[in-house]
Amino acid sequence: MDWYPLLNSLRIALIATACTFFLGILAAHWVSRLPRGIKGVLDCVLTLPLVLPPTVVGFFLLKLMGPNGPMGRLLLALWNKKITMTWHASILAVVIVTFPLMYRTVRGAFEAFDQNLIHAGQTLGRSNTWIFWRVLLPGCKQGLMAGTVLAFARGLGEYGATSMVSGYTPGRTATISTTVYQLWREGNDAQAYQWVLVNLAISFAVLVSINLLERRQKNRRWPVGDSEV
Amino acid sequence: MTLSIDIRKRFEKFKLSVSLEAGVQVTGLLGASGCGKSMTLKCVAGIETPDEGRIVLGDRVLFDSARHINLSPQQRRVGYLFQSYALFPNMTAAQNIAVGGRDRHRRNETVERLIASFYLEDLAGKYPRQLSGGQQQRVALARILASEPEALLLDEPFSALDSYLKWQVELELMDLLAQFSGPVLFVTHSRDEVYHLCQSVCVLNKGRSEAVQPVQTLFESPATLSACLLSGCKNISRAQALPGGRVRALDWGTELACAHPLPDRLAYLGIRAHYLRPVDGPGENRILCPVLRVVEDVFSTVVMLATPGGAAGYSRLRMELPKEDWAALGRPGAIWLELRPGDLLPLTDPFS
Repeated sequence: MDWYPLLNSLRIALIATACTFFLGILAAHWVSRLPRGIKGVLDCVLTLPLVLPPTVVGFFLLKLMGPNGPMGRLLLALWNKKITMTWHASILAVVIVTFPLMYRTVRGAFEAFDQNLIHAGQTLGRSNTWIFWRVLLPGCKQGLMAGTVLAFARGLGEYGATSMVSGYTPGRTATISTTVYQLWREGNDAQAYQWVLVNLAISFAVLVSINLLERRQKNRRWPVGDSEV
Repeated sequence: MTLSIDIRKRFEKFKLSVSLEAGVQVTGLLGASGCGKSMTLKCVAGIETPDEGRIVLGDRVLFDSARHINLSPQQRRVGYLFQSYALFPNMTAAQNIAVGGRDRHRRNETVERLIASFYLEDLAGKYPRQLSGGQQQRVALARILASEPEALLLDEPFSALDSYLKWQVELELMDLLAQFSGPVLFVTHSRDEVYHLCQSVCVLNKGRSEAVQPVQTLFESPATLSACLLSGCKNISRAQALPGGRVRALDWGTELACAHPLPDRLAYLGIRAHYLRPVDGPGENRILCPVLRVVEDVFSTVVMLATPGGAAGYSRLRMELPKEDWAALGRPGAIWLELRPGDLLPLTDPFS
């Protein structure tokens, strides 16, 4: 069996999740401090990819990155490279599709965070940057991990936008999900089942890790006033 | 060094208007919950911004709306003890204290000194969730002192403690405050805490501050209705001044002589429950009161009495006396009560 689709899916999902991780945190931090009006509008815009059909995201991306799109033309002019129909294009598609999952989960964690801890850091003379890295992020660890796992799982299974911007070329752009579709179209059920099983195993592992994270979160409450000793 | 506050801040439901000066001593900020006490502290610390006014600490202007000065919390050097202590849960007690350390080179030295002086040697490596409420408060105070503040703000520091623990922690805090050399603002709704810990007190009534007064004055001769209620007085009647220094107590349905000078805008009369005493018969300032209800408290008996003014609401009087004194009376249906002229508190209601 050719393992290229698994490798390709994993590297796309990993790179995209790494991008989403930082973009999601930055956006969440920025939006959670905005005044209410602008916050609502921005929140809608940033969450849009979650509710849009992935094919619509793919359509926009093709218009942007295609040889006639602004970004596609720029890349052609600078490096004489075409980005559509390569596996790199899938990374951008997956970042956009997974971004809202990370952003929303982290924003929820930031907004539920005890503001007094931030105020305490400020009155003790520590900079806002120090507080962000040393107090806020560690305090929202569970939220960050949950968002990351969700984004990774969604990225691994992404089909619609990916297939539009990268197509299906065996050994070059094939991912697990596009491979399953292709095998089914060819009537190759035996191989399709193998990839379906791989997919099930990965999804199951992701769900178990989300549940474990949630359980740890529930066990981690900071008691005030009563002692454990 | 003095901390002078003169700020106003508008909210949807009420308006905060605080003006007070706190010297090098503990000044209590006493008020019912939701009257803006914590908001006042947050404005002083720079966590919240008042709409207008001025906050000055010593010779440093922390906030001045007219001159567009608004120092960040980091620049203000004002220590804030939060209600729930706000220790960083991902750091040990020692690490929490180190966060306060201003001078990078002397940080370890400062942490060690504070750990020793707060008796935290055995707890230094523990996380906040492993500490009791009293221990958490000690760590929080050590952390604040490590940041070398010029003023201290304490936001209901005992509200997260059991009453059993509270007394001990209160004593510890008293020792600490005695050593601190700047102004301290202490927010609470408990008259007992004010009495134990503060030298002067400012009553906050629905977002508006009354004049700062010595604690003794608040308890012996409160001037306003809200100060009187916050000092724990339970018997209040609407009142009208009569010629010759006499007062008509409208709710109690009687005329009384009052030993204290009557203010111009006399509105109420108060008398503390444990100053009321049964007497043997009629006379000056005496009224006949039917007994409504007797409630046994831990060390005293509480007797609810009707007055000539009625048997409901403010017309009732609450008398507290030692258990044996009440038992000696032998379950009377009504008693004669003397409201001694010196015990009557004439009150105004400045914001009505």
